[in-house]
Amino acid sequence: MSDVIEIHGLVKDYGSLRAVDGIDLSVHRGEVFAFLGPNGAGKTTTVEILEGLRDRTSGEVRVLGLDPWKDNPKLVPRQGVIPQDFNFFEKITPSEAVAFYAGLFGKKVDVTGLLRRVQLEDKADSWFETLSGGQKQKLGLALALVHAPEVLFLDEPTTGLDPQARRAIWEVIRSLKAEGRTVFLTTHYLEEAEILADRVAIIHRGHIVAMGTPAEIIREHGRRGLLTFHAPAELADYLRGRTDRTVVAHDHAVDVEVRGPEDVLQAVRLATESHIAWESLSTRSDTLEDVFIRLVGQVGESGEEKPAHEGSP
Amino acid sequence: MNPRRVFLNLSVFAKGYIRGRVGLFFGLVFPVILILLFGAIFSNTGNTAVDVYVVNHDHNSYWSQQFLQALNQSHALTLHVVDPSVTNLSTWLSQNDQSTGLVIPAGFEANYLNGTPLRLTVYTNPESAATSGIVQGTVQGVSNQFNLRAYRGTPIINVQNLQVGSQQLRYVDYLIPGLIGFSVLTSPMFAMVNISSEYKKQKLFRQLSLTPLSRGEWLLSTIIWFIVLTLISTLLMVGVGQAAFGAHVTLTPLMLPFLILGPLLFVSLGLLAGTVSKTPESAAVIGNIITFPMMFLSGTFFPVSLFPPWLVTVAHVLPLFYVIDGLNAAMIFGNVGVALTDIAVVGALAIVFFIVSIRAFEWREK
Repeated sequence: MSDVIEIHGLVKDYGSLRAVDGIDLSVHRGEVFAFLGPNGAGKTTTVEILEGLRDRTSGEVRVLGLDPWKDNPKLVPRQGVIPQDFNFFEKITPSEAVAFYAGLFGKKVDVTGLLRRVQLEDKADSWFETLSGGQKQKLGLALALVHAPEVLFLDEPTTGLDPQARRAIWEVIRSLKAEGRTVFLTTHYLEEAEILADRVAIIHRGHIVAMGTPAEIIREHGRRGLLTFHAPAELADYLRGRTDRTVVAHDHAVDVEVRGPEDVLQAVRLATESHIAWESLSTRSDTLEDVFIRLVGQVGESGEEKPAHEGSP
Repeated sequence: MNPRRVFLNLSVFAKGYIRGRVGLFFGLVFPVILILLFGAIFSNTGNTAVDVYVVNHDHNSYWSQQFLQALNQSHALTLHVVDPSVTNLSTWLSQNDQSTGLVIPAGFEANYLNGTPLRLTVYTNPESAATSGIVQGTVQGVSNQFNLRAYRGTPIINVQNLQVGSQQLRYVDYLIPGLIGFSVLTSPMFAMVNISSEYKKQKLFRQLSLTPLSRGEWLLSTIIWFIVLTLISTLLMVGVGQAAFGAHVTLTPLMLPFLILGPLLFVSLGLLAGTVSKTPESAAVIGNIITFPMMFLSGTFFPVSLFPPWLVTVAHVLPLFYVIDGLNAAMIFGNVGVALTDIAVVGALAIVFFIVSIRAFEWREK
């Protein structure tokens, strides 16, 4: 059985800017695949090429064995899409929108049942313009599901949503996987990828810098252990001159790579000698988020990434 | 092309349009307001006396003055004096967009006193039978009175009734086809310029491109909506024009090609303007540049025949001119030949702009 999505050497240029620079990946049937990256990394460009919304500059792309740009009309009935910044006609209600889509796709649909599935039945008869961001996104999800597609492309489906709306959407994504549908998800929430995805690819400046299951990525790119001081960044500068281990400062926390108990003792001794006040310390191993930050560079460098990093649990 | 999808999109589009209210106001209510406004300003409906333009070639002699005074006292006519240097009153009336006139010949007083038969000339508009009757009857009546008084019934003053020009129409008669044209132009143009640029900006075309609805189906349903809107607004305008001002316009099937091809033409043109613009703001500017000259120079508010020659040339370049010219031919003059020519011009323009706009209009990005 061939893969649902196959990409070989995909390149996309916007004028002189190369947004996607030679991507290779494949997504298996029934898999939830998360495409991670900071803003501007090339996530949306890639997913829009897969959805048939954009043509590519070069490379091979196949969705369900078809060319998404040239064979778009054949793919439309088989794919469901929530585009980034999903928007709809402002004076149309969710139930009208679902009935409209069902008609366009020539499907009989239980409108109320579908709106209940995405937890939007309360707002079934309110104009789109009166819905909150989360409710709008739920309608986007409902419209992507109207025709029971084989493959779904969800481009940052939960960006900017409150935790409750986010969890409602996660629940639907899990049920899609249970139904055997293939889901291609872009996100910049690492937690979302860790919770939902079978496999993850991290994209940075148009290149894929890591790919695999979250565990594989951490094993390959993560450090063995991490000692975290809750301390100002000066501590990092102090430690860097005195140890050959990697030291990273972020958000009032300083991470020191540790390979054994001696490393921990040495770090604590150095920190004490520095006379820089630190509040608490903890040890842990890398999470996907740590790997992401390290691979993609310092926080804020390539976009507005602001992972909440409050030490370790 | 799937009729079911066209109908589905038409119904969603119509719901959004009706709920938005603004389009409905400009499409249906505004033209009626314009008819009431311009009709009230220009048609003197409050004054029942008929305006009659009088040329007195008898040098304001005593008896000619007496005769005119008697006419005035009838209260059926309001006399306006035209300078005697005007030799051809019929032409003068046409030029001044007036329809009723009276010529007192030179030697009126001398002939009247001598008992030599003389002839008064009355010009009226055959289109308005009631007005003609009032004028002719009043002049005849006053003449009889003068004949009786002086010569015991021997007719001295004879009244010759002539018809003025061929087409002397009231302003409101021109106004109705003109404002139908106005609504054929503005309602689709303003809506489509806005829709095509806003849909692009708000990613609504992108959303539609994710469904089996095709661009052609979308455009067709939009055109159908504006044809329906145009037909309703035409009936409203004709109804109001006739009820409020007794406008002399006929509803004829010959109007239908204009009410169908017109929206097709201007939906396409509006879509094209919105498609070539990068932002809704620049689309509005391009839309206005196209719309405003057409709105005023195509015979919407004033007949093109009143324009100076160079402006008439300009009007002939504007697509809306042919819609209004054709509606005038169909609704006022019953001139089938002119109407058919205009249908051919509007049809050709509509097809050209439809093809150009559907080619330029793309809802996916390269």
